[in-house]
Amino acid sequence: MSTEITRHETKIIHIKPTQGWASLNLRDLWTYRELIYFMIWRDLKVRYKQTVLGVTWAILQPFLQMVVFSIFFGYLAGMPTDNGIPYPIFTYVALLPFTLFTKALNDASRSLVGHQNMVTKIYFPRLILPLSSVLGGIVDFGLAFIVLIGLMIYYSITGGFHFIINAAWLWLPFFIILALVTALGVALWLSALYVQYRDVGYILPFLAELFKFISPVVYSSTMIPEQWQMLYSINPMVGVVNGFRWALLGAPSPIGMGLLVSTIVAIVLLASGLVYFRRMERTFADTI
Amino acid sequence: MSAIIRVEHLSKRYRIGLAPQGYRTLSENITHAMGAPIRAIRRVQTPAPDALDTIYALNDVSFDVQKGQVLGIIGRNGAGKSTLLKILSRITEPTEGEIWINGRVGSLLEVGTGFHPELTGRENIFLNGAILGMKRSEIARKFDEIVEFSEIGQFIDTPVKRYSSGMYLRLAFAVAAHLEPEILVVDEVLAVGDAEFQRKCLGKMSDVAQQGRTVLFVSHNMSAILRLTQESIVIEKGQLVKRAPSAAAVDFYLSAGHSSDGERTWGSDEIPLDAAPFRPVALRIRGPKGTVVETVRSTEPAVVEFEYELTSPVTGLRVGIYLNTARGEAVFTTFDTDDPLMFERFTNRNPGRYISRCIIPPDTLNSGRYSLNVNASSYRIRRYFAEEQALEFNVDITGAPGMHWPEPRPGVTRPRLEWKIEAL
Repeated sequence: MSTEITRHETKIIHIKPTQGWASLNLRDLWTYRELIYFMIWRDLKVRYKQTVLGVTWAILQPFLQMVVFSIFFGYLAGMPTDNGIPYPIFTYVALLPFTLFTKALNDASRSLVGHQNMVTKIYFPRLILPLSSVLGGIVDFGLAFIVLIGLMIYYSITGGFHFIINAAWLWLPFFIILALVTALGVALWLSALYVQYRDVGYILPFLAELFKFISPVVYSSTMIPEQWQMLYSINPMVGVVNGFRWALLGAPSPIGMGLLVSTIVAIVLLASGLVYFRRMERTFADTI
Repeated sequence: MSAIIRVEHLSKRYRIGLAPQGYRTLSENITHAMGAPIRAIRRVQTPAPDALDTIYALNDVSFDVQKGQVLGIIGRNGAGKSTLLKILSRITEPTEGEIWINGRVGSLLEVGTGFHPELTGRENIFLNGAILGMKRSEIARKFDEIVEFSEIGQFIDTPVKRYSSGMYLRLAFAVAAHLEPEILVVDEVLAVGDAEFQRKCLGKMSDVAQQGRTVLFVSHNMSAILRLTQESIVIEKGQLVKRAPSAAAVDFYLSAGHSSDGERTWGSDEIPLDAAPFRPVALRIRGPKGTVVETVRSTEPAVVEFEYELTSPVTGLRVGIYLNTARGEAVFTTFDTDDPLMFERFTNRNPGRYISRCIIPPDTLNSGRYSLNVNASSYRIRRYFAEEQALEFNVDITGAPGMHWPEPRPGVTRPRLEWKIEAL
């Protein structure tokens, strides 16, 4: 553990073994806030280098998934949607926060191992790595969101959907934060475990797939029987996806006990993840 | 407080190998099983675990450093220097003990960490600066100075993946050197770059020292230690064994008999079956006083001895060494019966123990690390035994000719030649 005390403009750094539970040391994180910005900026600059389509990939991924789901689940399987919303926007609205979530989960879980040389050679608050990975997905999300607006306008013109901007949109930041908090919470656990157990690398793709089917991405959450709704809401992404469908498409409101359960689970995940991460942090450089 | 760094009873214990087998809960069993393949990989990378499952990389180390002091840290590989620096730079935590540091620690442990090959020099300066703990405004203020120091010039907007390795290192060092911390930790960076750039780095380091800032300087290069530091500490097997003015500390370090190093012994299971009747016993390097050493001084004679046993009479045997640099360039090859008179005398060797010994004369080798291959054969009849890199050793050139110019000299030899200057 190390603490910094600012006194007469000189900082005294006190290094000693951490006993028991480590504090969050948010002051340190604040000192290094510009590094979070630079890590996000670097990932954005580098991500689509040497690709032909470049930043279009951020849009193509959810868009192509939407096309595939619309053909197989919407058209062939005839999956019902809430209030008869056209299936393509019904699933695309879910894919938006879900892509944000899986990208954040995946990148943040791999962040420590992916930056091994930084972790073993330089001091900085380790939380910066998963944190900047989670926040980095917001730009892609923003781009994919523009496509959604386009889709909504298209379906307003061709019929089947009525495009309005209403007060429920103000709830969107809450649902975005809920998705990011969940991703960060799970990723804090997984990134710290990944340092010791490379098995995590193999679990991640499977986990993303699992989340996709236990969240109402391709189907409506109203298909889940009433008595299972509370259990179903333990997955915070249920609250997020339903929230998006409600705010943007006028699906039934998710606000209620289910959303409260989702929110509480997300907060518990984040808090326990932070504690575990901080506890394991002291040995990252030795075991990575 | 007067000391800028105070280290008290610092210890770092590493777990190696497996935890003792015994009681374990189900969940521990699961995690243990999960970790099995990883441990298997790790075992390949690191030496086989000892009987003990923990080792002390640092053991009860205490010292302090005064403001403005340049302190040398000397020790062989694995002595614990890197662990000490890692704890001081807060990369890893100590197991026991405490440290108080009065100021920002800048580390040149590994220059260029966080550099991204796809980004341009300009972008990497900002990124690397932020990783090292600099504020954006601070980097912007020093930007021109950094570019100038790195000599990158018009390539500043080129992705660094197109840089030569020299340019890359210069840029990386330039960023780190402009961090302006109260305490600068320097580890072997002087090994990078060309002579001209090394001079610049040394200059930057003494600038830092003159500005009243504190430098911790770790190096295997004893000449650099002597030139740059007044006082040094010697770390051996995790313990601080000596703190003295640098000249005395360097002497202590070079003359300390490292029994386990400078010697290669062969256990019976290491000798190939087809080597008989030749059995290698040990290969050693001895300093002028006869102690087995890992580092020899180029100004003193060094003895290489190969001890072996013959289990039956051998005809025409020649036992020899191939000296190579650590990078694998051949320096010379020599055999114990190179002299025709010796060959005649030892044409037939009876069973028994032998030592073949030679002396590398003073002023032969240049600074660096060398390795010895051994070979025992009867020419055109049979090769009994050969091993590559049987033993490695260092050559320290303190006191060698031309040491008043602090530049590394190319070449594997460093002869003391007799020069004459004639005025015409």
